[in-house]
Amino acid sequence: MADLTVRIGSLVLKNPLMSASGCFGYGLEYAGIVDLSSLGAVVVKGLFLEEREGHPPPRVVETPSGLLNAIGLQGIGARRFVREKLPELRRLNAVVVVNVCGTTIDEYAEVSRILSDAEGVAALELNISCPNVREGGIQFGSDLASAGAVVAAVRKVTPLPIFPKLTPNVTSVAAFARAAEENGADAVSLVNTFLAMVVDVERRRPVLSNGMGGLSGPAIRPIAVRMVYECAQQVRIPVIGMGGIASARDALEFLIAGASAVQVGTANFVDPLIWTALAAGIEDYMIRHGIARLADLVGTLERGR
Amino acid sequence: MAPADVQAEVLGNRRLSADYNVLLLDAPAIAAAARPGQFVMIRTGPGTDPLLRRPFSVFEIVGDGGRAPSAFSVLCKRVGPGTERLYRLEAGGCLSVLGPLGKPFDLVAPPAEAWMVAGGVGLAPFAALAGALRASGVACRLFYGARTAADLFYLDDFAARGVALDLATEDGSRGTRGLVTAPLEIALRGRPAGAAVTLYACGPEPMLKAVAALAGAHGCASQVSTERVMACGMGGCYSCVVSVRDSSGRARFVRSCLDGPVFDGAAVAWD
Ligand SMILES: Cc1cc2nc3c(=O)[nH]c(=O)nc-3n(C[C@H](O)[C@H](O)[C@H](O)COP(=O)(O)O)c2cc1C
Repeated sequence: MADLTVRIGSLVLKNPLMSASGCFGYGLEYAGIVDLSSLGAVVVKGLFLEEREGHPPPRVVETPSGLLNAIGLQGIGARRFVREKLPELRRLNAVVVVNVCGTTIDEYAEVSRILSDAEGVAALELNISCPNVREGGIQFGSDLASAGAVVAAVRKVTPLPIFPKLTPNVTSVAAFARAAEENGADAVSLVNTFLAMVVDVERRRPVLSNGMGGLSGPAIRPIAVRMVYECAQQVRIPVIGMGGIASARDALEFLIAGASAVQVGTANFVDPLIWTALAAGIEDYMIRHGIARLADLVGTLERGR
Repeated sequence: MAPADVQAEVLGNRRLSADYNVLLLDAPAIAAAARPGQFVMIRTGPGTDPLLRRPFSVFEIVGDGGRAPSAFSVLCKRVGPGTERLYRLEAGGCLSVLGPLGKPFDLVAPPAEAWMVAGGVGLAPFAALAGALRASGVACRLFYGARTAADLFYLDDFAARGVALDLATEDGSRGTRGLVTAPLEIALRGRPAGAAVTLYACGPEPMLKAVAALAGAHGCASQVSTERVMACGMGGCYSCVVSVRDSSGRARFVRSCLDGPVFDGAAVAWD
């Protein structure tokens, strides 16, 4: 049996597979058909301090091999999550990672503190990359100093592993990965969605109510792989890769390019039972290539032809 | 109950017109659990384009004799590449189907009457609903509107189940000319005082809104089946939200895949 465990800061995951935030609800929505404890981690929907309504519909539109969304981070807020969702997630032995949002640096710290005080949160993913909300989100993720400041502020209030989630909508993602590392992040995750737009030509309006949205799915995968590769070259902390993963082969591309773990978002919408096939496919590959530990596969991309 | 993700064999593809077809799917796990008003998410083919599954109401629930149902059908309208594939499928093909999903209709009991209101492909949940209601002896009417006579389907089928039909077409080629809400309004005015009627509606959103308003004006309950763009059907993505008032009257976005697709027409915050 291949050893699929992954270490992220002080956290040891049984395998490299995580749900991507916003693509798996609060996890419990899938508990009837997926054994949540079989995932390396369950990353839940982004949470602010307070509840949020999100944008009016239409919130999504399909594109060639992709999905454009502007949900607007509808959510129940950190306190309700702790009260209403966390106990059940714990009972199901899910390794819970919360995607932390904020409109100010203080809010990131406050949400992180609340979640750290609660029993049963394994790690915090700092969402500094949502393209769909003006305040917060991408505003922090597209300025090096602000990105570093969010990480540093959260680092002060939590002993949990933290990893900022980076936006691809910048010139050099790797610079943001370095800033995260310098400010005490245990890992970085990327990519969030690519800012994009679909036009309804009959009505001459954007299809989404919010105008622009974030593109995800297989359409973005090669760009995401390139960005994960660039980041992994430049930091020593683990990189958690995502963007269009829909098969074990896709996941392996990210792992070989330097990701220590991967997240799956859009493909879960199509195949909510994808997790078993991904784990089996990765394990098959490792056996076939005589690789005993997943860590020995990570970042093994050969240079040259 | 948890939905099932099954590979369903296509038992038949009945093309009703150049745009509409009914796919009969062999899926005992779904057919036996499905309730009228619920839906399934169908992957229209392998590959990533089209990428997402498409939501379809459970149209008919089919069993042989007294045994548990083993098959169900969906009513499809060809609108894009996904439904194009479904239109072209032949019997013997296979589809990945996830369901049943969502909240079903609440079934009324006699002496209350059920009046179904369908606009176009909004007929989709009503064969199963009529079947369940007629089985418990509820008097049923179907108000059914479409663009033209050729787009009205399954009329004999509903009639054979003992459902009274009130038809409307936009071009006047069959039934009342105009929108289906016109004959509905006349019937609501004409009904005996005190007769309990529940309206069940599925179709374009302006029609649902009008039906909910008519229900309110005439003291009837209404249950509307919404059809939002939906990415997952499982509550994972928050794309399919409908604005619904809670008990305090505050409108909130709720996921139509989990809290719907059927909503109390009086609770929806129509814009
Ligand atoms: C509908 C939807 C909602 C999302 N919500 C969030 C979110 O709340 N927080 C976040 O960090 N990323 C969110 N994302 C981004 C995903 O987590 C992921 O980074 C992106 O979709 C790329 O991965 P994929 O191609 O596997 O979906 C969302 C994506 C989608 C499609």
